[in-house]
This record gives sequence, C-alpha cells and structure tokens, in this order.
Amino acid sequence: MKRALLFLPLVLAAAIGVVLFWGLSNDPTKLESARIDDPFPSFNLPSLQDPAQFLSQEDVKGKVSLLNVWATWCPSCRVEHPYLLKIAKQYQVPVIGLNYKDDRDAATEWLVKLDDPYLFNIFDEKGKLGLDLGVYGAPETYIVDKQGVVRYRHVGVVDDTVWKSILEPRVKQYSKEG
Amino acid sequence: MKKLIQPLFILVSLLLTVLASADEGSDTLEFKNDDQRSQYQRLTEELRCPKCQNQNIADSNAPIAKDLRNEVHRLILEGGNEDQIVNFMVERYGNFVVYKPKFDTSTYLLWLGPAVIALLGLMIVILSARKKREVSSDGSAELSREEKSQLSNILSEDEK
Repeated sequence: MKRALLFLPLVLAAAIGVVLFWGLSNDPTKLESARIDDPFPSFNLPSLQDPAQFLSQEDVKGKVSLLNVWATWCPSCRVEHPYLLKIAKQYQVPVIGLNYKDDRDAATEWLVKLDDPYLFNIFDEKGKLGLDLGVYGAPETYIVDKQGVVRYRHVGVVDDTVWKSILEPRVKQYSKEG
Repeated sequence: MKKLIQPLFILVSLLLTVLASADEGSDTLEFKNDDQRSQYQRLTEELRCPKCQNQNIADSNAPIAKDLRNEVHRLILEGGNEDQIVNFMVERYGNFVVYKPKFDTSTYLLWLGPAVIALLGLMIVILSARKKREVSSDGSAELSREEKSQLSNILSEDEK
C-alpha cells in the first residue's frame, strides 16, 4: 500500500500533463461569446442597400437564421462569400448580413459584383451593434433562433466543413425546438 | 546658413505635428475633471483587448481596442462608475476582457486554486515533519532495557 502511494506524484504529474496537452489544442484567439442565450441586442440601424429603411431586433426574429458579420476591408470575408451563397441558395437557410464598420458604396458594389446571399443587410457604420453583440473581428457568424435569441457564434471563415460539422446540425436542432 | 536652417526647421516642425497627431492617449481626450481622466487611464489599463490576446486596450492599436477606449470614454462622461463600465464590457465580451475577473462560479477555481495548493503543500510538510518527530520522541528508535540485554546476549553468543 505504502509502495503504491509512492506512485501518486507520478500519476498526478501525468494527469496534469494530459490536461495541459489538451489545452494546447485550444485556439486562444477563439473566444466564447458572452451573448450566448441572450436576446439579440436592440438596435435601430439603416439597411445597407436602402438607407431609408430602418431595421431593428424584431427583423432577426421569426426563423432560425445565420447572422454574418462582414466588411469589404476583411479578406477572409471574401473567402467565405461563395459558401454563404451556397448556404442561402442551396440549403435555403436565411442569412442576415451585418455590414460592420464599412463604406456603404464599397459594400453595395461588393454585393453587386460577387452576388448577394443576404436576406437583408444591417448597415452598422460605427460598429455600435457589433460592440453590443461582442464582435471582435470579422468574419463572425451567429445563429439566431426564432425567438431572436443568440444561440451560437462561429469566429472565422465559414466553409463546407464548418457548415456541415458545426452550423448545419445546430440550425436543424434549433429549428426543431419550435 | 539661413538657407540651410529654414528647411530644416520646417522639416522638424512637420515631424513634430505628425508625432503629436499620432498620439491618441488620454491627454487629447476631454474630461470634466482629473478624476475622470485617471479613471479612464485605470480602466483602459485593466481592460484586455479581445483581439490581441495579451495587451490592454490602452496599449493596443487594434481597431477594436480603439472602439473600446471610445466606449470607456463615453461611459465615463455619462457618469458611469468603474463597476458599471467593467460590467458593460464583460456583458459583451465575457470575462476574457478583464485581467481581474470577478469571483463567481466560473472563476472560483482560478482565484482559490493557488491558495488551496499552497495550503495542501504546507499541510503535507507539517504532517511529515510531525511524523518524524513522533518517531524520535516516543523513544522507539532507542532500545529499551530488555532489548539492550537481549542485544548483549546475542553479541556475547557470537563471541563464543
């Protein structure tokens, strides 16, 4: 018994080693959103394409949808753009755009040139809604449920793998919740 | 000589304007009083930039850090106290943005862990020290009278 106890430090060190090794695989630049399970922050901002139309948190309710934070100054946003088109057109999932700290003309031109996957675009020139949502860099993609509650956030590019393994299962699950 | 000095003077003054405009520290911001200014400095040093891992928002040049500095400035002018401003940031960006997270169910391990481990170590040291002392004080390491005679018997038997 005493002899077995002598191995205790070794076992402890090995356990700590396993935990720390697992920690290495975590990406420290990906933060968990503090807004998960919170209602979408209230806002009153113009639409990107129609400056006279004002949008609010009521507009993101109704259906489980993706809310994609993008800007023309963000190179990764260009990378994920075709995948957003695919998600919107092929999988029929509503994608709402949050155009974040961008130039209206440049953003409008981008959508004309690259095609428009978005149901509508919130024009957040000053980044106020982005700040309320806890955005710390584009692109970010949120899943908002029917009640307008923020359920999930993905930081970084959305591609086929991310859609298939992370976003789609969640969108399906939240849609079932009714 | 004058011809040489004049362009040099212009160059130096230009350089100084550029340097002055590059500085966006609290000196150029407007506050109602010095208390607010020092509150701003304290808060921007305590809040961590969400984008840059290990810089506070006062140090970082990231756009998000600038936004957060502006927000701190706005909230201070609106009369928010430090707790309110820190809560505002944590609500949006999580405990990540504070170097000293609040004590709650998700952070107690972080706050108490080191103390618990230190206490545990101290207990082990004290216990093992006491064990040693017990061994030497109850005399078990020394031989009793009986044992001594036994020992001398054995030794004398060997001599034969």
